[in-house]
Amino acid sequence: MSNNYIKTIDNDYYRQRLSNLLIIIFLAFAILVTRLFYLQIIEGDNYYTKSENNCIRLQRIPPERGLIYDRQGVLLVDNRPSFDIEIVPKDARPYKAVLPDLSKYLNISKKELISKLKKARGSAVYRPIILKRDVSRDVLAKIEVNRYDLPGVQVRVTPRRHYVHRTAVHLIGYLSEINSSELKKKGLKDYRQGDYIGKYGIEKTLEKYLRGKQGGRQVEVDVNGRILKVNVTKKSTPGHNVYLTIDADLQKKAELLLEGKNGAIAAMDPNTGMILAFVSKPDYDPNIFVDGMTHDQWNKLVNDYQKPLHNKVLQGEYPPGSVYKIVTTIAGLEEKLITLNEKIQCFGSYRLGNRSYRCWKKYGHGWMNIEDAIAQSCDVFFYQLGLQLGVDRLAKYAKACGLGNKTGIALELERPGLIPTSKWKLLQTGEEWQKGETLSIAIGQGFNLVTPIQMLCLIAAVANNGIMYKPQVIKCIQTVGGQHLYDAQPKAMGILPASKKTLRILKKGLWEVVNKVRGTAYWHARDKSIEISGKTGTAQVISLKKQEEKEYEDKTRYEDHAWFVAYAPSVESKIAVAVLVEHGGHGSSAAAPIAKEIIKAYLGREK
Amino acid sequence: MFDRRLIQCFDWGLLLLTLLLLGVGLIALCSAVFSAKLDMTAANTTLIMKQLIAIGIGMLFMIFLLFIDYRNLDRWAYFIYFVTVLMLIWVLYYGHFVAGSRRWLVFGMLRFQPSEIAKLSVIIILSHYYSRTITDQGLSFKDLLIPLILTVLPCMFILKQPDLGTAGLIFLNASAMTWFVKVKKRTLIAIATILVICLPLGWFMLKDYQQARIKSFLDPNRDPLGSGYHVIQSKIAIGSGRMLGKGFLQGTQNDLAFLPEQHTDFIFSVLAEEWGFVGSMTVIILYFLLIMWTLYVANVSRDIFGKLLAVGICAMIFWQMSINIGMVMGLMPVVGVTLPFISYGGSSIVTTLIGIGILLNISMRRFMFD
Repeated sequence: MSNNYIKTIDNDYYRQRLSNLLIIIFLAFAILVTRLFYLQIIEGDNYYTKSENNCIRLQRIPPERGLIYDRQGVLLVDNRPSFDIEIVPKDARPYKAVLPDLSKYLNISKKELISKLKKARGSAVYRPIILKRDVSRDVLAKIEVNRYDLPGVQVRVTPRRHYVHRTAVHLIGYLSEINSSELKKKGLKDYRQGDYIGKYGIEKTLEKYLRGKQGGRQVEVDVNGRILKVNVTKKSTPGHNVYLTIDADLQKKAELLLEGKNGAIAAMDPNTGMILAFVSKPDYDPNIFVDGMTHDQWNKLVNDYQKPLHNKVLQGEYPPGSVYKIVTTIAGLEEKLITLNEKIQCFGSYRLGNRSYRCWKKYGHGWMNIEDAIAQSCDVFFYQLGLQLGVDRLAKYAKACGLGNKTGIALELERPGLIPTSKWKLLQTGEEWQKGETLSIAIGQGFNLVTPIQMLCLIAAVANNGIMYKPQVIKCIQTVGGQHLYDAQPKAMGILPASKKTLRILKKGLWEVVNKVRGTAYWHARDKSIEISGKTGTAQVISLKKQEEKEYEDKTRYEDHAWFVAYAPSVESKIAVAVLVEHGGHGSSAAAPIAKEIIKAYLGREK
Repeated sequence: MFDRRLIQCFDWGLLLLTLLLLGVGLIALCSAVFSAKLDMTAANTTLIMKQLIAIGIGMLFMIFLLFIDYRNLDRWAYFIYFVTVLMLIWVLYYGHFVAGSRRWLVFGMLRFQPSEIAKLSVIIILSHYYSRTITDQGLSFKDLLIPLILTVLPCMFILKQPDLGTAGLIFLNASAMTWFVKVKKRTLIAIATILVICLPLGWFMLKDYQQARIKSFLDPNRDPLGSGYHVIQSKIAIGSGRMLGKGFLQGTQNDLAFLPEQHTDFIFSVLAEEWGFVGSMTVIILYFLLIMWTLYVANVSRDIFGKLLAVGICAMIFWQMSINIGMVMGLMPVVGVTLPFISYGGSSIVTTLIGIGILLNISMRRFMFD
């Protein structure tokens, strides 16, 4: 042990080293004591008065939220100043005396004011509580005039979200006051009670970019909480501006076309996947979410059977109807179950077992090849093709075409739809798959469910000869200074499971739908100057048989859904459109004219 | 074999000072979490319970250490160091995220910061190394290379967390010990020159955002809504205490709720507001006595390892105390250093008490070499 005890240096040496340390220690203590003496004794009274009413406070300066534009820079969402009336409970002395006056000026009952104050009791007593937002000029004037009788009451100007036009509401979404469960979330540390946060749509998805950074200032206040001096100000940083891919004019046109109806319209540039129009109807006024709504207003919105809050482009799941014949065609041709030269005769119905399956045309289409079958949407033709394919092979192609899966668009609540397989049915119902069900599936009725955005992606991929692009709604994000933070690039998700030859046959058929006299959309969608290709679809809401059996009091609720998907021009397409009109009836009459108008509006303007 | 002299030589004075400071800490913590007007809410009482538990655990460690001859630390120095570094690496991958940095290791109920343990490990390993290399000639440049590596290695991992405050403290502790061991004048001048040349060079090598981070670290006025505001409120709180203070639980600055710092880093301001100059001076004098006492322990210890250990622990307490109090009085940048014994926080309390345990150990075994 003792070998560790170094005797070469004697103890005096260490004593001397230790006294070196002492110098530093003494010096440090001397500084601390001097400072303490200065703060508490010399400046003590000064600091004491400052502490009396906590005169140095922090005030937050909310940032200007980023603006939202269309692809060409047309302003869609703006901010406007709002005058908010706040109270700092600690400054409002005497507390009780202020309330009657305030209640009169603000036109809020005294009870409500007290409950508002009580709610905020847990938080710090110097934090302002918002009593009323966005007051009118008259109220503001009353408050300002009587300022000196209202200690602790302040007016604060904050930027407030303003949805200028009621357009693309389901895409843009809305802001609303942050709720207590969101406040507890870890990522949202920067938020306080009373702040706004994006709750839906782009406002929610891009919250991080749009919000900006809080600023603040350090102020000195008097006993009544009025500002005497601003010590330091840190400016807030405005949020980034977002440019959407939609075209404001086209969007408005599409909204007008669907006005008064229920349904969805989506349009896309088939060469990039950029969404040009995004409509879901009926819609709602997003400003009411910013203003805060009453219980009745909210209940009315939620309980409306037309579901205005529902984003039908992404969340609406419908049977695809005859639009699905695109998938059946691809599968049949790729599996070599049919060729262009083969013809099948349609007598108006097809017999399987002891049941007869009808074609939509009562007396049949006669002999036809696959192109004719697409053009005239012959059910009997596709019954037979579907039967040969079987449900599982068909499902494989449907999935490869992007159905049954979310498209991955940058918005929440997208639904995946449903592509049934025999295994799926066994798991869900415990029953074996019936052959008759395959017939329904082949023409897009039955268990099949798709969303309008999926149909749009499918038709766009056909239009561009097979590349499935991810649908995108954000064109770019820019700082206020114009620096680009994000620029959308086309993203290919995959390719259609179809050879060039298959696509050529399919596209010929789709061209005939609109441009041949016997095509299902000839009378509704043909345009002399623009060549449009497309496919109609009519999705049954209930089976035809039942419809005959019963008379329904409200007929429209049981009308079929009308589909039309299209692209134009037929070669080197510039736009793809999917239209769904809920309970619209036939795809040809209800949906096709809308698609035609949209295409004309878009291509007509480009010329 | 248990030596009776161990009990006879037990350092009651050091223990008393420790207990007094812990008591002051508890009183200050009460002031910070309760306001005279508010009821005792459950959340606030748990803070005090947690602190009491931390003190209990620290005491257990302290007592446990008394039974182990501190010279064993000399033997195990490299092992302790190695384990610490492993934990520091571990925490980078599996640590708990709190307020943007990974500092915590969690084992069931137990959670601690390895960076706190690193403070002690570095002191132990440097004592081990210097006790073998010390000469009255002073250390040369070459002798300093290994201690430098031993210090910088854990510091790098701690900076990664990131925890600038603790890394800086470890470096300060190491410097104090090295200064005590004595460095050749020539070497000192060389180091000073290198620093003078390298600092500006290094500054320009940093990226813009790194520069900005360091600037706001050094200058609270750059952050008037964060640490700058805290310092102003802290100064008002301290100053408004005047000579005798506002009295227990009568402080008002607490209402401003610059939580959570008021019961951790800014606890001294709460104390000074309620107990005034008289109270604050008492606390500062207690610290002064404690530091003098540790130097006394260093003086009476007969082996060089013990001396160095005592000096290291002395440095640890001294730096933290003076930086923290300097910081709340607006003399230093706000760096997130706790006030030993008083600040709320388990890791800090336990580490400090382990340090005291080692000191008591050295102190009671001073006769061993007679």
